[in-house]
Amino acid sequence: MAKLAHAAAAPAAAATVGVGFILKKALISALVALVLFSLMIGVRTEAGPEGGLIYWTRFGDLAGMVGGVFVGSIVVELLRMWWGPVDTAKMMPAGARKTLGLAGRVVAPALLIFTVLVPVIFYNQRYILDLGILVLTYVMLGWGLNIVVGLAGLLDLGYVAFYAVGAYSYALLATNFGLSFWICLPLAGILAAFWGVILGFPVLRLRGDYLAIVTLAFGEIIRLVIINWQGLTGGPNGVSGIPRPTLFGIPLSPGPNGLAAHLGIPFSPTHRLVFLFYLILILALITNWATIRLRRLPIGRAWEALREDEVACRALGINTTTTKLTAFATGALFGGFAGAFFATRQGFISPESFTFQESALVLAIVVLGGMGSQLGVALAAVALIGGFELFRGLDQFRMLVFGMAMVLLMIWRPRGLIGHRAPTVYLQHKQAISSDLVKEGHG
Amino acid sequence: MDYFAQQLINGLVLGSIYGLIAIGYTMVYGIVGMINFAHGDIFMIGGFIALISFLILVSFGLTFVPLILLVVLLVSMAITALYGWTVERIAYRPLRHSFRLAPMLSAIGMSFVLMNYAQVSQGARVKPVPPIITGGYTLHESADGFNVQLSNVQILVVVTTVILLGIFTWLVAKTRLGRDMRACEQDQTMAALLGVDVDRTISMTFVIGAALASVAGMMYLLYYGLVDFSMGFIAGIKAFTAAVLGGIGSLPGAMLGGLLIGLIETFWSAYFSVEYKDVAAFSILIIVLIFMPTGLLGRPEVEKV
Repeated sequence: MAKLAHAAAAPAAAATVGVGFILKKALISALVALVLFSLMIGVRTEAGPEGGLIYWTRFGDLAGMVGGVFVGSIVVELLRMWWGPVDTAKMMPAGARKTLGLAGRVVAPALLIFTVLVPVIFYNQRYILDLGILVLTYVMLGWGLNIVVGLAGLLDLGYVAFYAVGAYSYALLATNFGLSFWICLPLAGILAAFWGVILGFPVLRLRGDYLAIVTLAFGEIIRLVIINWQGLTGGPNGVSGIPRPTLFGIPLSPGPNGLAAHLGIPFSPTHRLVFLFYLILILALITNWATIRLRRLPIGRAWEALREDEVACRALGINTTTTKLTAFATGALFGGFAGAFFATRQGFISPESFTFQESALVLAIVVLGGMGSQLGVALAAVALIGGFELFRGLDQFRMLVFGMAMVLLMIWRPRGLIGHRAPTVYLQHKQAISSDLVKEGHG
Repeated sequence: MDYFAQQLINGLVLGSIYGLIAIGYTMVYGIVGMINFAHGDIFMIGGFIALISFLILVSFGLTFVPLILLVVLLVSMAITALYGWTVERIAYRPLRHSFRLAPMLSAIGMSFVLMNYAQVSQGARVKPVPPIITGGYTLHESADGFNVQLSNVQILVVVTTVILLGIFTWLVAKTRLGRDMRACEQDQTMAALLGVDVDRTISMTFVIGAALASVAGMMYLLYYGLVDFSMGFIAGIKAFTAAVLGGIGSLPGAMLGGLLIGLIETFWSAYFSVEYKDVAAFSILIIVLIFMPTGLLGRPEVEKV
């Protein structure tokens, strides 16, 4: 009721907010922008020909930016008036819930069927296949991290460390001992899970932000060790000549032993791409399937209970130590699988692929997807990686846009695209609630 | 022994810089309860602004070094403080009452924005500056030719840090603003009921933190003679480590933690290996959190149900 009154009052309030107010606000914004940009945009420095620094001015750019802020501020104010106060609906109306439920049932299979058909439809478009493989890799990483962050509520900023462990495990085992991809894949996963447990032990007592910073430090330690342990990892030069995957021993190469020769069809390099596409699709689906099944097991329920309230969890006799460790290990396991796939796809890996930005990107996918929603994570991966590709032309602006998008998305939808809780156990009928209603403890 | 003394001096200077950044982390964490991930990049922006204003002043023909330093210090503090204010206003204030992950991710996004903003606007290459302050003292001459040096830059860094710390401690302990800040740290709702403008106080916290970070940026520029758009990330994590080591929320703790991290890093580089100095710093963070989650001077956190 109060909300209705609020909404009715909005146009009246808008009428009283005059042109003067908007102009004043825009002027202040422009003034702030002028000071902020004065030196950083207005002046450009560069090392001169004699080694000393030289600078030149760019007042045109500065004026453009300040003008842009002025106009942008007016536009934002007008839009805010147009929409009125933004208030998220806490309880979804029955109709909306029904449509959403239907959409949820339809969208996921439709997406899956489409994904399976992608190599058939776009067989001749190498770029789309490559992009598809990239997106699926991130979908898999997102689903893996979702176990740790979305289900168990443990904020992990160093997920890329497990990705790196998986990638380097495969690369080193394959190049040094000649082991095949199919033997290395489980090994890479197990090694990554092992590191997950190693990270898990010290952080058992930590919560929230502390946990985040320790996992971040752990990710950096792994990267720094990879860079500096040149004897093993090749340091910044990376590992090259990583063998390509085989279809259970049959290489996808031209020549009499290749798959094409066995099937009696002419060889084409696209075969390998299609094979990689289905390989990562299967790996991702295994991750998804395992997550869905685990959620229904006691351990999965313990994860979700841990996310909601750790103290209550302990009071109910759940062993938080094993619960946290299994969450880390399971998440790391799938990260390791994804890493091994990444290594075999690239054929070359170096520490540059495993920076903090990568961790942040995967975390952004999970949070944008709504923390815990499998479909949401997949959609977020498509949106983010697709968006990244769109801005490929604007190379140096890409991360800038990514950062801005992250801030704006958090302000617009802090709970992600699909921010709801779908309980696995329910009384009488299943009902999803908005996650705004949930008061999360510090996991 | 001489080598040890020299490393001690170097470590204390580096530690002062970390301490200045760590204060920003610890203050924000104390009041808002979030890790301000963009703080390391604010430090980097401070370094850039100091560099640019320094170049402009020199090209105007100013040669009196103390005056240049003072003007650069004030300009970079003012502009960087505005950056801190803007970041809080845009990225954190709308999320004040959101769920706990949201401000953190917004902060990570803001950190990317600032880092790439500096890269796009000033180029990706490292910006070297010639030494601005030269000279120093030889404290001890030894027979084998290794002299313990104390350069003027090092003196300047430590003295500036001590002065700022004094001003800052006075600000928190004696002024109205400091009282408001301590009140907000304890209980925001109660503080608001008693007439404290919580929004303004939080803004001021970010402004002060950014100003101190900009001084750290300027000191870094003077001491190492370069700035680079990516220097904020590692420095930021180390400063956060310092804040945690000292006990997050505690101001003397931040300074103490900064000094310890500076010393550990310097001695590790001097006696073990330079390559693994960051690994050492991060390992310290993990070890401290395992055995002393509240840090050296922090208060234990009690969770009430």
